[in-house]
Amino acid sequence: MSNIEGLLKQHGKPDKEVYLDWENGSLVDKEVYAEMRPFYLERTFGNPAITHHMGWETLDFYMKAKTKIAKPLNIDPQALALTHSFSESNNLAIKGIAKMNKKRKKIIVSETEHLSVIHTAKSMFGEQYKVEIIPVSNDGTVNLDILQERINNETLLVSLQTINHEIGTIQPVKEALEIVKDKDDSILFHTDATSAFGRIPLDYREVEVDLATINSNRILGPKGIAGLYIKEGIKIKAIYEGQLSLEILSPDVENPALLAGFSKAVEIQFKRFDEIKNHTKNLRDKLLYGLQTSIARTEINGPSGERRAPDNVNISFLGCEGEALTVECSMNGIYVSSGSACTSRVLMPSHILTAIGRKPEEAHGSLLMKINRLNTEEQVNYVLERMPKIIKRIRSITGGIEL
Amino acid sequence: MSSRIPLPYAPRVLELFQNPQNLGRMEDATVYAAAGSPACGDMIAFYLKLDEPKAIITKSSFESYGCASNIAAASQLTIMIENKSLEAAWKITWADVSEALGGLPSVKTHCGSLAVGALRRAIRTYYKEKEIKLPSWLPEELSKDEKHALEEEALAEKLAKKYKLLKKSD
Repeated sequence: MSNIEGLLKQHGKPDKEVYLDWENGSLVDKEVYAEMRPFYLERTFGNPAITHHMGWETLDFYMKAKTKIAKPLNIDPQALALTHSFSESNNLAIKGIAKMNKKRKKIIVSETEHLSVIHTAKSMFGEQYKVEIIPVSNDGTVNLDILQERINNETLLVSLQTINHEIGTIQPVKEALEIVKDKDDSILFHTDATSAFGRIPLDYREVEVDLATINSNRILGPKGIAGLYIKEGIKIKAIYEGQLSLEILSPDVENPALLAGFSKAVEIQFKRFDEIKNHTKNLRDKLLYGLQTSIARTEINGPSGERRAPDNVNISFLGCEGEALTVECSMNGIYVSSGSACTSRVLMPSHILTAIGRKPEEAHGSLLMKINRLNTEEQVNYVLERMPKIIKRIRSITGGIEL
Repeated sequence: MSSRIPLPYAPRVLELFQNPQNLGRMEDATVYAAAGSPACGDMIAFYLKLDEPKAIITKSSFESYGCASNIAAASQLTIMIENKSLEAAWKITWADVSEALGGLPSVKTHCGSLAVGALRRAIRTYYKEKEIKLPSWLPEELSKDEKHALEEEALAEKLAKKYKLLKKSD
């Protein structure tokens, strides 16, 4: 028996399981799967870039599916590039723009961007790019005054997330965009809308960002496909080379099954937009404030009310180390993640929690829980019932160690 | 969320996490020492009860602010030193702890080292507090695991300073 099998055996299968780790992995909705299945087994698997009947059949499907994804963003389907992941989209937005615009050498990002933005920007140091990091307030909102100060005629690109993936801060993208474009219309503006797509309304004809990253699996579509909106007229170059394909910025053999799943997920999410939003928001508040009131020494991370993403719960339990907490939660069938150093490869606490001024020991005790439309009130009640015991046990191990 | 790594703990780690042996503060401890720092999310406190004339550990216990590996490493070490002489306890290495746990993931070997560091600190503290001449097996110079604990504490101080500077005023 391998160690991992032994580990699972030692753990045992909990009687009841509540999955709240949607940030780190999600399943595919049943209807989405049903939509995808025939593309693998029966039809429309031809290459849409090839001139034969099977190819054209796929091409026809391809255009219609992209139209479905583009619709809720109010963009032209031609302006949507498909990629394999939101990380690829973020990489493409930054590196692809830099490849086409060599004169300007300054990239501005916020302190709480996803690492696929921060690391990508910093990876350009070698090519003499300058990266400026804009700080955020205690609830994670980007400091617009500092943004305004930092932009100048050297600035190539500003990248600001629409919703923070970890603490749920809804960023003032519209205001930031105005500040940037008022100062210099030729500065490009990218927003990583990975955690926002399907959660809050996004209309890129109204809020005219130049580039926007959207994602499939956060709305129960398949993994392995995402998108990058590129406004008409913006010049961008592929960041890797490949074969002839429809997607010139992601040159590979197209995968119609993934696209079918993505477009179906978009259709469901937006058809039920208000219902999903209200459902997740109610459960979010019940869980967030329920934990805060039933457990002493807690700190909510991120904003409250309308400025918080409808699906985000992030809370620090002082006197608890987060990785031990995730394991104890797991023993109780509750699956969550933590911003603790021990759960990261670099053994450093989450850069987002430290950016909002959390002390390391507060960051170490944080748990991230996301509410999905598949979660029920009964599940949230179960978590609320179990968490005080979980926290009590971990705090008993910490004992008298003073924090 | 930031980068994640799979942490396939050995079953023994999970077993000790679920049911830690020798957990908790010891009120009548002969000696106590801690290593690590809450800022690093990694701290172990060790309590030893000694049969002083024989220099034997009759009982030990721990508290841990740390991950499952940290808790298991500390607990495993308390089991390993029961009824051992101080000399035998001193000679236990992080590799011995790791082996007894069925192997720690490479990123977690420092948990074993921190447990050993805390124990060795306790042993050294004992001789220092009682003003007993160091026995020949106890080197004047700090061992690697004690230094590791110091390094981690220095890092914590650095982190604390860094975040204090960044702390928001509003």
